[in-house]
Amino acid sequence: MQTGNLLLLLIVMVALAYYLGHQRSLALARPLGGIRHLHSLPFYYAMRAALWCALPALLILGAWLAFDDTIIRQTVMQGLPDALRPDSDGARGLLLSQIQNVASGSLSPESVDPAIAAAAERLNNLRTTSAMALTVVVIAVGLIGAAWGWVKIAPQLRARQQVESILRVIFMLCATVAILTTVGILMSVLFESIRFFQKVSPAEFLFGLQWSPQTALRADQVASSGAFGAIPLFVGTLLISSIALLVAVPIGLMSAIYLAEYAPSRVRSVAKPMLEILAGVPTVVYGFFAALTVAPFIRGVGETLGLDVASESALAAGLVMGVMIIPFVSSLSDDVITAVPQVMRDGSLGLGATRSETIRKVVFPAALPGIMGGILLAASRAIGETMIVVMAAGLAANLTANPLEAVTTVTVQIVTLLTGDQEFDSAKTLAAFALGLMLFLTTLCLNILALHIVKKYREQYE
Amino acid sequence: MDTAEKLDKNASGRNHAEEPMIDLEEQPMQETRYPEHTVGTPFVDDPKMRLRDVDVFYGDNQAIHKVSLDIGKNEVVALIGPSGCGKSTFLRSLNRMNDTIDICRVTGELFLEDQDLYDPKMDVVELRARVGMVFQKPNPFPKSIYDNVAYGPRLHGLANKKYELDEIVETSLRKAGLWDEVKDRLHAPGTGLSGGQQQRLCIARTIAVSPEVVLMDEPCSALDPIATAKIEELIDELTESYTIAIVTHSMQQAARVSNRTAYFHLGRLIEVNDTETVFTKPEHELTEAYITGRFG
Repeated sequence: MQTGNLLLLLIVMVALAYYLGHQRSLALARPLGGIRHLHSLPFYYAMRAALWCALPALLILGAWLAFDDTIIRQTVMQGLPDALRPDSDGARGLLLSQIQNVASGSLSPESVDPAIAAAAERLNNLRTTSAMALTVVVIAVGLIGAAWGWVKIAPQLRARQQVESILRVIFMLCATVAILTTVGILMSVLFESIRFFQKVSPAEFLFGLQWSPQTALRADQVASSGAFGAIPLFVGTLLISSIALLVAVPIGLMSAIYLAEYAPSRVRSVAKPMLEILAGVPTVVYGFFAALTVAPFIRGVGETLGLDVASESALAAGLVMGVMIIPFVSSLSDDVITAVPQVMRDGSLGLGATRSETIRKVVFPAALPGIMGGILLAASRAIGETMIVVMAAGLAANLTANPLEAVTTVTVQIVTLLTGDQEFDSAKTLAAFALGLMLFLTTLCLNILALHIVKKYREQYE
Repeated sequence: MDTAEKLDKNASGRNHAEEPMIDLEEQPMQETRYPEHTVGTPFVDDPKMRLRDVDVFYGDNQAIHKVSLDIGKNEVVALIGPSGCGKSTFLRSLNRMNDTIDICRVTGELFLEDQDLYDPKMDVVELRARVGMVFQKPNPFPKSIYDNVAYGPRLHGLANKKYELDEIVETSLRKAGLWDEVKDRLHAPGTGLSGGQQQRLCIARTIAVSPEVVLMDEPCSALDPIATAKIEELIDELTESYTIAIVTHSMQQAARVSNRTAYFHLGRLIEVNDTETVFTKPEHELTEAYITGRFG
């Protein structure tokens, strides 16, 4: 039976186990004088039977699916005559895919070695047997589990506690997924980075002023020597992020103050969602807005002023990125400003302060830590932003602080290093992982700092 | 007494829907027992604040019905009454703190000496400097003790030199009876003080701008008995220089600190009399019912 159908069957069995468990607990309760004489509600007995039916069967199903293919291939390879036994990993993979192609019918059995054809048939046979065995085992385990769960139902059974503890484990496993994913990402980036640092020294990477990742493909190539100094990239990232923050912080903060302190509730209920729509605009849209509208505009303005502006300037990318992160600043600041207790404002107003004096001298200082947290979150968003800078910032790794020149960022370089056909063991592609690691660490630190500040602030008024 | 407006028995706002703060059915009182006028002596000669026919509305709900009252110079007027009777609302309309609530509307004549509080030309900033307020919950700013007290004087430019400001801070803290406790840590955060100290800091902050009237909205409700006793002592001393209106839920407190007591019931001012009279032989049966603890 196919795995999908097997799962459906299992679901039916679980439902049945639930129903029967429910019925049995009710039947047991009736002579005692109602369900209040049971230790737990009928739901828990039914749930316990259902879990007994589902969990062991699912565990076996999962383990089987995870390992059966490996075991089957191992068996097939061992069954091959000695002459055909591959001597290297590459040859082994090649042979295996040949066998699999014959087995699936995309390669005709006559065109290959009869031993391979035989192996392919064995593969098919083993697969069929395995699938049948799986079906039988899973159904049997499900039935046994359900029967066990059903038989054990008794008025004294502490079903509630058992179900609660199983559910707790399930919830915990789900929560672990997010954490494990983070760890997994970090690990994969870390291992590739270590490979990179075996080719290029960390000192050169961290402190080098030259970025030109083209390495020689052939020994006789001269032009592309490869230089992996990441400083120009980080300076570019910093430049664009600073411009973005220079745009987003004042605008975001002032709109937050307007929304929280001045806006009538009707304006607020419209304006706040409108502002948050900005956060929902796909970054690629911002990207072509920056590249096709803002950059030429800045160039035009620069020319009339007699300035030399690159067509892909840090300024254009930074401005548009600033607009993108306005909602981060404004929304979070709005929340913390609103969280400043009304009694604080009353105290100030009661002393004869005007509204803006109250905001400047009381509300803003009180909300400052939370606002800082919001700004840091926005900053880490700006540093990690990719699409806008890919489209609008350019690829030239200039080490400059002039916002009118083209610069490049860490994220842009990662994209260019990894797009297209690449060999995955050259220093060039591995450099992308090292950059990714640096970026990950930077934004991680910023986020931790921001969350810490926000949390500390929250405790202040509780 | 004769200027007291007759309470209109058919006025809207009598039925349940328009009295959202209190459920009439829970009260043993009946409508017919409302007095036609505020009984007792709501008016004095040469008052500091003169309030006539004050109505306060929250949207369509009328919270205060035609309240007329005088607050005399250097006296302490206590406003008492069951929860939701409008004492705080009334108090907050005396320095226009209700302005911060969008749907709140105040009508009637409210005068501070000869100035109309709700005159469009009235400057709220100046008004609130003259009529200060102390709130129910101590609300020091998250600043140093010094900066808390100096906040008002700085706003109003009361001191030109640093030493003048120092002097204002010191005298205010002395008047509030807090100086000896905090003089060594003026630059520690005001939020680090105990509840009672915080409330006295708030009083110091209020009197630092030399107001003429101090409004106190249940200033002791968040404090323990010892801190309460200190504040009450302080109120007694403050009467020498200030006029005080205090809302309180504690009848003992009203009896201890006030010269006159005003009893509010469901947004109406039922009785105003000398504090002694109110607590020994109240004129109106609602007042009597409240102070003898039959409800409230």
